[in-house]
Amino acid sequence: MRSDTFGITVENISVTYSNAHLALYNASCYVQPGTITGLVGPNGGGKSTLFRTIMGFVNPNQGRIHIDGLSVKMAQKRQLMAYVPQADDVDWNFPVSVADVVMMGRYGYMNMLRIPGREDRRQVAESLERVGMVDFRHRQIGELSGGQKKRAFLARAMAQKSRVILLDEPFTGVDVKTEKRIVNLLLQLREEGHTILLSTHDLASISTFCDRTILLNRTVLAEGTTAETFTEENLSMTFGSLPLSSLNPTQVMPNQYPLSTQDQLTD
Amino acid sequence: MVHALISTFHGPLPLLGVMLNPLWQWLIEPLQAGFMVKAIWVSAFVGVVCAVLSCYITLKGWSLMGDAVSHAVVPGVVVAYAMGLPFALGAFIFGFGATVIIGYVKSATRLKEDAVIGVIFTGFFAFGLVLATKIPSNVDLFHILFGNVLGISPSDIIQTLIAGIATLVIILVRRKDLLLFCFDPNHAKAIGLNTQLMYYTLLSVLALTIVTALQTAGIVLVVAMLVTPGATAYLLTDRFDHMLAISVATSVISCVVGTYFSYHLDISTGGSIVVLMTMLFTLAMVFAPKYGLLRQKIMRQVPVE
Ligand SMILES: Nc1ncnc2c1ncn2[C@@H]1O[C@H](COP(=O)(O)OP(=O)(O)OP(=O)(O)O)[C@@H](O)[C@H]1O
Ligand SMILES: [Mg+2]
Repeated sequence: MRSDTFGITVENISVTYSNAHLALYNASCYVQPGTITGLVGPNGGGKSTLFRTIMGFVNPNQGRIHIDGLSVKMAQKRQLMAYVPQADDVDWNFPVSVADVVMMGRYGYMNMLRIPGREDRRQVAESLERVGMVDFRHRQIGELSGGQKKRAFLARAMAQKSRVILLDEPFTGVDVKTEKRIVNLLLQLREEGHTILLSTHDLASISTFCDRTILLNRTVLAEGTTAETFTEENLSMTFGSLPLSSLNPTQVMPNQYPLSTQDQLTD
Repeated sequence: MVHALISTFHGPLPLLGVMLNPLWQWLIEPLQAGFMVKAIWVSAFVGVVCAVLSCYITLKGWSLMGDAVSHAVVPGVVVAYAMGLPFALGAFIFGFGATVIIGYVKSATRLKEDAVIGVIFTGFFAFGLVLATKIPSNVDLFHILFGNVLGISPSDIIQTLIAGIATLVIILVRRKDLLLFCFDPNHAKAIGLNTQLMYYTLLSVLALTIVTALQTAGIVLVVAMLVTPGATAYLLTDRFDHMLAISVATSVISCVVGTYFSYHLDISTGGSIVVLMTMLFTLAMVFAPKYGLLRQKIMRQVPVE
């Protein structure tokens, strides 16, 4: 199935977790190609869930998602999407080095034995260079500061050379200098034609670099250019208690087991 | 006997001879028995296979799953013996089958994984006990439970070798993907890898490894061989390739020396191997250069600048 739009189209997505919690209800939005789009909403609003659904880690119980016109599965196979996880989704004690992690971004391009070639090594070196982590490449990933950890995973996403990059809270626990540095990288990536979707709680900085904004609290409440979306009314709707009364979650009949076996076992 | 040895030694270093000869004798004498030669290389081989897998199992957090599979193979072994089939076949089918059932029950109920594992594997194990005490066969329950490498038969050696070599080959070919799967299954999925397939690959090599180790350690102790070497190595290094090497080294040493002790002291082979492994683990826990208890204690005493 393909629709001919580039960017990310999310149509009427509902997601229920195995504990029967309805995390997203009828969410629809469109992420324009070649933009930086900010995803904003309260804690538990479903930002990470929307990311996981776009990435294909969680199966929605209704709705459709296309990435550059392709299904999620095809997009995965073609290395269209890279993902920078929220910090607490990573096992920081795992015995891998920064360079190992960045190299994992290249696995999709390697043969079955995953033996890196010259191009893979070049991309890894270049990504480490761009995020300024060359000196830390042999460090075990747990031995980094919060900002360095973010940069290491950003380097992996860059090494992956995906058109679309999703970042879940890249600025949480990061100082002003590192935030600037990451924003600069994102702006560069946008110039190179990447489509970037990121979630953040830093409302103040959004208007400085996000072309577009999506407001999310269990569903998409508003979307558009940052200027037109960031109204007082929209924000109070998102962070206040209003929006849920306008939904009617009892209408949805979620599949009882929306996640595949594998999702649940490997979570 | 030691007396006789010393008096026959006329080399230039009599003192060293006095010290080394008993050790030499201790090492050589058992090898005059054919069964001991076999037992030693079989247990060393088992040590390698278990050590390699244990790195993945400890990192994935699947120790309990290892325990489950090892207990779930019992009915398979009994049925295989009763039907005259290779024990490895029955063990693999039941061991792997149990993991599939665990996966299914977990996705179909709201139970947590550890509860599901607990229910399923004890169920399989109990069923195995019932079968073993009812089906007339020459299966020795004691040997299934506690291993019998000193009395291992040629056909059992062949089955052990097949299962072990299959495990090593699968891991060798898929090692990078399996490691990625343990570290970050989401990223594996994001780059289009089949994580479902990797999940079942890891489960099947787990079942194969247990089949490999069954004759040496027995069902009750096999989980130690699947977890302890990896856990020991994990305390000693931050690099996966070093972890593999350390795991294999500690495991093989424990297996070989444990088999010697078992012979000389007339004690359970599986038991003495696992006791040695646990001792090495304890040493690592206390003395590990970076993550050891001693080091942590010293670090805490250093005043903060
Ligand atoms: N694996 C899970 N199992 C069950 N419920 C979950 C799971 N992950 C998230 N949830 C629930 O789904 C809802 C949405 O969570 P999600 O992580 O998407 O929010 P978020 O917007 O990313 O929040 P934050 O800003 O705190 O990161 C929350 O109520 C959460 O409790
Ligand atoms: Mg989140």
